[in-house]
Amino acid sequence: MTGQDALFEYLLRLSDNALILGHRLSEWCGHSPALEEDLALSNVALDLIGQTQLWLSLAGEVEGKGRDADKLAYLRDARDFRNVLLVEQPNGDFALTMARQFFFDAWHYLLLRELKGSKDARIAEIAAKGLKEVTYHLERSRDWVLRLGDGTEESHRRMQTAIDDLWMYTGELFESDEVDQAMAREGIGADLAALHEPWLGLVRATAEEATLTLPQPGWAQRGGKRGIHSEHLGYILADLQFLQRAYPNATW
Amino acid sequence: MYAQMVKTGVDHIQSKEEMSPEERAFQDRVDADIKIEPKEWMPEAYRKTLIRQISQHAHSEIIGMQPEGNWITRAPTLERKAILLAKVQDEAGHGLYLYCAAETLGVSRDELLEQLNSGKAKYSSIFNYPTLTWADIGAIGWLVDGAAIMNQVPLQRCSYGPYSRAMVRICKEESFHQRQGYDIMMKLAKGTPEQKAMAQDALNRWWWPSLMMFGPSDAESVHSAQSMRWKIKINSNDELRQKFVDQTVPQAEYLGLTVPDPDLKWNAERGHYDFGAVNWDEFYQVVAGNGPCNRQRLRTRVKAYEEGRWVREAADAYAAKKAARAQVKAA
Repeated sequence: MTGQDALFEYLLRLSDNALILGHRLSEWCGHSPALEEDLALSNVALDLIGQTQLWLSLAGEVEGKGRDADKLAYLRDARDFRNVLLVEQPNGDFALTMARQFFFDAWHYLLLRELKGSKDARIAEIAAKGLKEVTYHLERSRDWVLRLGDGTEESHRRMQTAIDDLWMYTGELFESDEVDQAMAREGIGADLAALHEPWLGLVRATAEEATLTLPQPGWAQRGGKRGIHSEHLGYILADLQFLQRAYPNATW
Repeated sequence: MYAQMVKTGVDHIQSKEEMSPEERAFQDRVDADIKIEPKEWMPEAYRKTLIRQISQHAHSEIIGMQPEGNWITRAPTLERKAILLAKVQDEAGHGLYLYCAAETLGVSRDELLEQLNSGKAKYSSIFNYPTLTWADIGAIGWLVDGAAIMNQVPLQRCSYGPYSRAMVRICKEESFHQRQGYDIMMKLAKGTPEQKAMAQDALNRWWWPSLMMFGPSDAESVHSAQSMRWKIKINSNDELRQKFVDQTVPQAEYLGLTVPDPDLKWNAERGHYDFGAVNWDEFYQVVAGNGPCNRQRLRTRVKAYEEGRWVREAADAYAAKKAARAQVKAA
């Protein structure tokens, strides 16, 4: 794998996380527990879609085969998607959505903070912009973990279940393969393993304040970064890509 | 327009002589274009009518999120997806401003939502039609938001301060929505033959329901006359419908699309388009709950509300705990 190939792969991981999670959040629009949440969830989704556009455009540029952001988003099949399994998990109830968001935001925040110092100025620039948004995302999802964990008996039970259900998808966030390692070595990407402790610190403190119990470290589900996804991703893409697939070469 | 056939509870228009001194002073202020503010005295019928009208408008924004939301996950490009999501989000925002405006009249958002969920409160008939293709998203922006703007622009001058101010904010966003709808139609109309057919099909299905949005002729309606006297309705339904047709037909021509009305023709003498008869039977059926999506729309709304109850309760419980802890700390 050449340096350019690794960089392209790395950018796809960044963009696909944002694309798929933004898509999941957009599914809530009009169905959330209160109007204020319709607004807030849509805001986060819009930020993530915006980040997707930036990362994917850069990925297309790096690849150099004339694929723009839309071609990359709408015309790749599931095996070519590089997002982590966590973000493609179905929304479930509001607790599951917020637990997923909190786990992701805490990691995303730490990651972008590192990438802000990337040697690749294009990456540093996108990361700096994204970091501002993600700082707010984290504040909000953390707040919801607290409110639901320490709210009513029912909300506590639901948030605890959500955390238990999603825990096995968090390990993948910190696993490095040759792509991550190459990028970290060159000072372009972040050392993912090094993000684990600060992430755990933040998650532990939040769980404690929210009266929640974190599961023991255990087996991690993995594969998303290599294109081995859950069954859910195919359905996301069936929705996302429907028009582009049904009407090839049309412009919209 | 998002409020249709709003009843005022009056059976005739009072003359100034019939009015109490308070009613007369109120009407004088309205006549002089002085805004009525929440704490001021107002006739009970004015207050109740406004609650009905504003809440119907708010409910329409909220229910209206569904037909458009139906295409958020299937929007054809990242940019279209972001624009559509932002638009549906704006509608949630409009609902919020409008519920706030209604709350200044002494009713809570929860009460209004209960009325919506129970089927007692109405919302605009248009949102009971399905969005079957991507072109429907364009047609809604172009036609439905276009029709809404016709009504809402004059309502910026309505007599009730909070409603008029909500309208000012809403109109700014609605005109952006209409432009994005037209832009979708433009892309389709200039696109492949399949895309053009999709655009024409959407116009065929949305044209008549859009004309119905203005409501049946209200030239003889005592409710409309009363609402106009109170300046919470500015133009008659027929006036607005005509204005809408006059504005929209050239836009359809520019797109190269055909308005599905064989009776449509320019009347040089009137300086307006003549157009065919609206099927008011269909309109009354849709208003009565028999439209293609009435049950689905309401069920979806109730489901979101009920499934969100535990979340709202948790947020309240957490806020109460936090406040109690802060009090203990302060003591």
